[in-house]
Amino acid sequence: MTPVTTPSPSRRAEGPSGTAEGPGPEEEQALQARFDAAVAAEERIEPRDWMPDAYRATLVRQIAQHAHSEIIGMQPEANWITRAPSLRRKAILMAKVQDEAGHGLYLYGAAETLGVSRQELLDKLHEGRQKYSSIFNYPTLTWADVGAIGWLVDGAAITNQVPLCRCSYGPYARAMVRICKEESFHQRQGYELLLALTRGTDAQRAMAQDAVDRWWWPSLMMFGPPDDESAHSARSMEWKIKRHSNDELRQRFVDICVPQAEALGLSLPDPDLRWNEERGHWDFGAIDWEEFRQVLKGNGPCNEQRLARRRAAHENGAWVREAAAAHAAKHAAGGPRRSATAPAARSRA
Amino acid sequence: MSADWPLWEVFVRSRRGLSHTHAGSLHAPDARMALRNARDLFTRRSEGVSLWVVPSSAITASSPDEKDPFFEPAADKPYRHPTFYEVPEGVRNL
Repeated sequence: MTPVTTPSPSRRAEGPSGTAEGPGPEEEQALQARFDAAVAAEERIEPRDWMPDAYRATLVRQIAQHAHSEIIGMQPEANWITRAPSLRRKAILMAKVQDEAGHGLYLYGAAETLGVSRQELLDKLHEGRQKYSSIFNYPTLTWADVGAIGWLVDGAAITNQVPLCRCSYGPYARAMVRICKEESFHQRQGYELLLALTRGTDAQRAMAQDAVDRWWWPSLMMFGPPDDESAHSARSMEWKIKRHSNDELRQRFVDICVPQAEALGLSLPDPDLRWNEERGHWDFGAIDWEEFRQVLKGNGPCNEQRLARRRAAHENGAWVREAAAAHAAKHAAGGPRRSATAPAARSRA
Repeated sequence: MSADWPLWEVFVRSRRGLSHTHAGSLHAPDARMALRNARDLFTRRSEGVSLWVVPSSAITASSPDEKDPFFEPAADKPYRHPTFYEVPEGVRNL
């Protein structure tokens, strides 16, 4: 990983010449040309480089939404931690949910390099002014849902995220490299969980099939609206934030999943699913985009519950944050015996 | 909490014999919490044997906009590289 300094927002705002005013029109043209050339040459844009305002705004929106999805995504799965059927499954699920928190933190960190504060992002999430992936507004009704989420939801996420490792914005791309490495465990544990169920009793097989039936279509919706309706796609592709279109990634995901479902002995709930020899891809049925829009608008089964839970967790954690701040202030006032890091720092000099 | 805690840059030594490498950043009220959080955030899979946390505000960085003049003195000195020199064919261990 390339070292990168994460500037504080104030440092960024100062700008190269130390003035509050932006560059003049001619200078701006030169900066734009340099930016375009860097993107075209597959160089990475780093936090303190000049970038178009719209590029910055697009990245903030996308990375924030991504970060919010990671931490909201902890809820549907955490729902089953206390009821995991074995200690092994429980330890795995806790590790996975902890990973999702970590992914959220990597991404908030990446968003902050663009000059927004953590608090601002959380406020926007809590007030419903920034979105998270609509998939997390569906409920986890049975234990098999934990498997279906790992296999399908994390599988779709990986399909989406692997190309983001080559995103033109350095900090986002680096966060995605870490995340993708960790996601593959998520997907495998889900698949293995479903496999255990399909090798079990009739009731367990039925439970696995039911979960896959419910999660299949929402997983396909995770790739976003079809290409001709996707508002930001074309520009994001030009900027090399996005590398493939929504429909392209969705097709890739379907092609990956069909043989995996076969290996599980489960069916996918789509009567139109069939191999197209000519295209070399699986054809699949029409997606109910009205459902997608409704869930996005806040009318999904769990929208309210998820946000209320998030707000409550934040508010209930206030005393912990206050105590930590008070502890830090007390030790800062207490003189040199401050922390265990000082000797270590000296010894490397 | 109305304001964010200070930002810390995290450096991880992945194994003995290698230098610390920047891994990312996090917020924490003090250095000790920053270290603990860094452990939980960046070394959940034994990715490190040693961690540094540095207040982001303590880092002085070269400006990307001064890039060319700042690094320019190195650009016209190819004789600092071994490939600059001609070596007769057949001469070995040079």
